[in-house]
Amino acid sequence: MSVPARVVTLLVAFVAVVAGAVFIVIHYIGGYSGLPTVDYTSVASGGQVNVVLQEDPQNNSASKPDWVSYFVQDPKTHQWVHTTLFSVPANTRVNMTILGYDGCTPLRNNFWSQVQGTLGGTVTVQQFKDTNQPIGVTKTLSVINGWSGCNVGHTFAIPSLHLFVPVPSPGPVLSANSLCGASPCTSGPYGLEKFSFRTPAHGGSFRWQCFVPCGGGFIDGNGGPMQTFGYMAGMMQVVS
Amino acid sequence: MAATRSSPAPAAAEPRHGLRIFLIWLPLTIALELVIWFAWYPHMQPGAMTSSSRSQQFDIAVMALMAAPVLLFIWVYAGYALVTWRRRPGDDEDGPHLTGGVGIQATWIIATSVIVLGLFVFGTVELIVPAGAGAGQGPAPIWPPANTVTSPTSWTPGPHNVLQVQVIGQEWSFTYRFPQFGGMESTALVLPVNTPVEFHVTSLDVIHSFWPYLLAVKADANPGVDNVAYTTTKQLGPFTVRCNELCGLWHGAMFNTGFVVSPSAFQAWARGVQAKELRNGLLAALPPYSLTYDPTVIPQLGSAVVKITGITGANGYYYPGPQAGTPGDAVSP
Repeated sequence: MSVPARVVTLLVAFVAVVAGAVFIVIHYIGGYSGLPTVDYTSVASGGQVNVVLQEDPQNNSASKPDWVSYFVQDPKTHQWVHTTLFSVPANTRVNMTILGYDGCTPLRNNFWSQVQGTLGGTVTVQQFKDTNQPIGVTKTLSVINGWSGCNVGHTFAIPSLHLFVPVPSPGPVLSANSLCGASPCTSGPYGLEKFSFRTPAHGGSFRWQCFVPCGGGFIDGNGGPMQTFGYMAGMMQVVS
Repeated sequence: MAATRSSPAPAAAEPRHGLRIFLIWLPLTIALELVIWFAWYPHMQPGAMTSSSRSQQFDIAVMALMAAPVLLFIWVYAGYALVTWRRRPGDDEDGPHLTGGVGIQATWIIATSVIVLGLFVFGTVELIVPAGAGAGQGPAPIWPPANTVTSPTSWTPGPHNVLQVQVIGQEWSFTYRFPQFGGMESTALVLPVNTPVEFHVTSLDVIHSFWPYLLAVKADANPGVDNVAYTTTKQLGPFTVRCNELCGLWHGAMFNTGFVVSPSAFQAWARGVQAKELRNGLLAALPPYSLTYDPTVIPQLGSAVVKITGITGANGYYYPGPQAGTPGDAVSP
């Protein structure tokens, strides 16, 4: 083979390898690049911002409709967006509201029953029937025992901010009988949870996740939505 | 007239190449050994925070001291050969055919055998003497630390009193239980200085690996397995714990910072966490301390979770019917 032919062959091989690497990076590692990011930075005021999420027993995607999933509410249109990416300002109090529409499930480690990292170390919880009537009274809790009454559906955790919060379910009976059947949920029983935390003074990307192994159909529940952006794995962008 | 025929010139005396190489190699080796011992060794990872990190630091230094002369000899020999025995212009002859050299062969075999066997003995001693050198030894460790005392229910400061720490891996965080402090659990790993520590490493889901590398401890976290590792803390300061087993999406983010603190600060921290978890009900909610856990069994309920066909949601696992409560009294600590 002539020298020019060798050079061309090497160049083609090199370009093919680089293209393959770029494809892998974009397709797998940068797997959330196609998801929308809900912007909360523009609605922050007075050093605070209100973020609203819901977690559902299913979702409205065409490819994985039976996966459990979080949704993020657009603060301007109040429409639910099927994403787990949202941005908040730095050094700001985030007032988080999570509507837990999915049913209860045991925590794999009941340590995650404990509320950690919120302002005051507590959350407030109110459960609602499918008729949207409250069940009991609003409670302020530092532990939601996921093993004693089947009250926890999922968790919301930003480990690098030391924020770990169990998310309540509608309770055992309603979980088993009348969960919301179409996402994003607008009806059906749910647990309403509120808590606050502060974002750091510096910007950056902070991953968040659920600590319930909620990947139905995967080994020990650890795959699928647990490891997929847009479902139960997400990223909070802190903008400084 | 008779032709004059010149007789071949007598071959020049071959210089003593071996001596030359040795004289080049020796000062370089001495210099490099001094650099390794005095300049590199004190700064080698994993540092000197624990007995096992000091041991590993020493081991790496010894390995470097052993390897440096060999490496230098190869480089010096190669360089000498390139300069001295390189092909000259017009020299198309083959090199001389060499045979024999029993002395060189014997020297090579003996020297390499001594080095390898010496390192085998050295490595074995260095694995056994520092109680397994910080490596996971499985559920029945054969090299526990000598002259130590373990109380299963309490810990007081002392250079011989073992602190037990259970490391629990799960996707994607480590948590730490302290059985000598009521079985309290924390996302923080705080350790007292000058204390022998007994790590019990396990997992609740997939295989993780507990790797606080500045402590020179590394033990796989396998579900259903109690993997024991030992070390003794020697220095105050922070350290990073990383997962060293590819365990899913957030494997790269599965790390946290731990601290070696004074014994009094550790006691204050541990008792504080224990009191808080007693107060808020978490200690009662945790399963009894055990060397391993079956995540499908709820000890407080005395039964396993069940999978209910037809229910969507978190993997389909819900409590069995008799444990289901009623709406309105469900959320209670």
